[in-house]
Amino acid sequence: MRGRTSKKTIFGFVGPAVMALALVGIAPLIYAVWTSFQFFNLTRLNQQRYVGFDNYISVLTDHSFWQAMGRTFFLLITSLPLQLALGLGIALVLHRPGLTILKTLCRLSLVLPMATTYAVVGLLGQVMFNQRFGVVNQLLGGVDINWIGDPTNAFIMIIFWDVWQWTPFVALVLLAGLTMVPGEVEEAARLETKSWWTVLRYVQLPFLIPGLVAVLILRTADTLKLFDMVFTLTRGGPGASTEFISLMIQRVGFRTFDQGLASAQAIILLAITIVLAQIYIRIFYKEV
Amino acid sequence: MLAQRPGWMQVVLLLMIILLCVFPFYWMVTTSLKTQVVALESPPVWFFQPTLENYREALFDDGVLATLINSLIISVSTTLLALVLGVPAAFALARFEFRGKKDLWFWFITNRMVSPIVLALPFFLIARQLDLLDRHITLIMIYLTFNLPIVIWIVTDQFRGIPYDLDEAARMEGASQWTIMRKICLPLAMPGVAVSAIFSFIFSWNELMFGLVLTRNEAKTAPAMAVSFMEGYNLPYGKIMATSTLIVIPVLIFALIASKQLVRGLTMGAVK
Repeated sequence: MRGRTSKKTIFGFVGPAVMALALVGIAPLIYAVWTSFQFFNLTRLNQQRYVGFDNYISVLTDHSFWQAMGRTFFLLITSLPLQLALGLGIALVLHRPGLTILKTLCRLSLVLPMATTYAVVGLLGQVMFNQRFGVVNQLLGGVDINWIGDPTNAFIMIIFWDVWQWTPFVALVLLAGLTMVPGEVEEAARLETKSWWTVLRYVQLPFLIPGLVAVLILRTADTLKLFDMVFTLTRGGPGASTEFISLMIQRVGFRTFDQGLASAQAIILLAITIVLAQIYIRIFYKEV
Repeated sequence: MLAQRPGWMQVVLLLMIILLCVFPFYWMVTTSLKTQVVALESPPVWFFQPTLENYREALFDDGVLATLINSLIISVSTTLLALVLGVPAAFALARFEFRGKKDLWFWFITNRMVSPIVLALPFFLIARQLDLLDRHITLIMIYLTFNLPIVIWIVTDQFRGIPYDLDEAARMEGASQWTIMRKICLPLAMPGVAVSAIFSFIFSWNELMFGLVLTRNEAKTAPAMAVSFMEGYNLPYGKIMATSTLIVIPVLIFALIASKQLVRGLTMGAVK
């Protein structure tokens, strides 16, 4: 019945979208692959030539590339557990009965950080974490901490904003999981035990797993994408202390103008992303 | 501790969460109302004579208004384009069986995850050769890489929820698939279309990297403008926060309207 639609009709519906997406999403990638096999420096265009796998070899043997990769994953393993712990706490508080109006207000407030322009988050960071006239040092009791100019502090500041912006997302995902638990099952469990941990571990956790997996994969992808907020806040500095992978590729491509090398880095990043996307789709879209 | 009746602990926690979420916005808005002298006081002052001078200067003297208009033109155009291209594709994904459907789906999800820098590099080189740098159309097109997948995903889901009997009945009357989509399914799918339009607008409006790399003056977007204030010593903090406020307010309004669907949109439907 549904299979009887003609190929022409189907193409009429899907074709324009596929062609548009191929034009802006695939054609540039092919060009990037081609660029990655060239010596391609914007300041020395006359020396452009085919160099085989040279760019890839440079990237894979480049310490600073692996350091940027390591830094990116270090950010992930420091901020994600915080987001999960705080997010779970918020979800549990919101899941408890009563206080409808206050809870609605709270849910609406949680939406705000996620929607905020990432570049603006970075600018807010500049203003609030300023050593001399920033409100953060004032709220910490008038301390004199140099946030932006110190490698460790700058990293902590990035973690802070990442946690501020994305804990609400984790909280709302986990809250959606909690509301999936059948009411009578949860009530029965609460009659059995007074321990909220036991209820969480044996009754609610199974319903939270899909959300947790989604958060894990998406936060990994988003950390690999992370650019706007860090660019406006620290530009990757001081030194290279907050230069995450997307910032590094941007610097190599647009500030040292080595498009060939940057393209090779980008293709490696793309490969990692494709693996992540494969896992995501295997888990969540079985029925498609 | 975990009595089922709401205790004061819960009230305190909820208020704390609200405060933490909202405080940076409060600080942004108050800083935008400070003169440079007040903004540079150490420690920062909480009560002062507010002024709208920063907004006037930013909007009219520094050209933030023009970049806001650019952002608006680009975000609205790319959203409309994504809807025109995406809605029929979504209908096909919801209603027809065809080969390559799975691959198509995979491709959309990958686009959600891939770092914009991967596309920004080649796009810059191509745009440079085709003389497309600093043009609205360039950003309108490249924003399709994330708008089209989000529109297709949300609207497909919405079409799937419409009973197939309606299609059947219309087909008996001799209606073409195109008519069925337009006259029967699309009106019923409007909530999904609206939500996907809001998402598409928010993502385009918020985008910085492509704007930074692909525009200079004529098509400069508001986030790229805000960043260009960050050069040199003695940053104009009041003006930067005024510009930030102007950028953030529309997205916050839209996000609140679509707040119930925000999580679904951000997870591409993995979490309902």
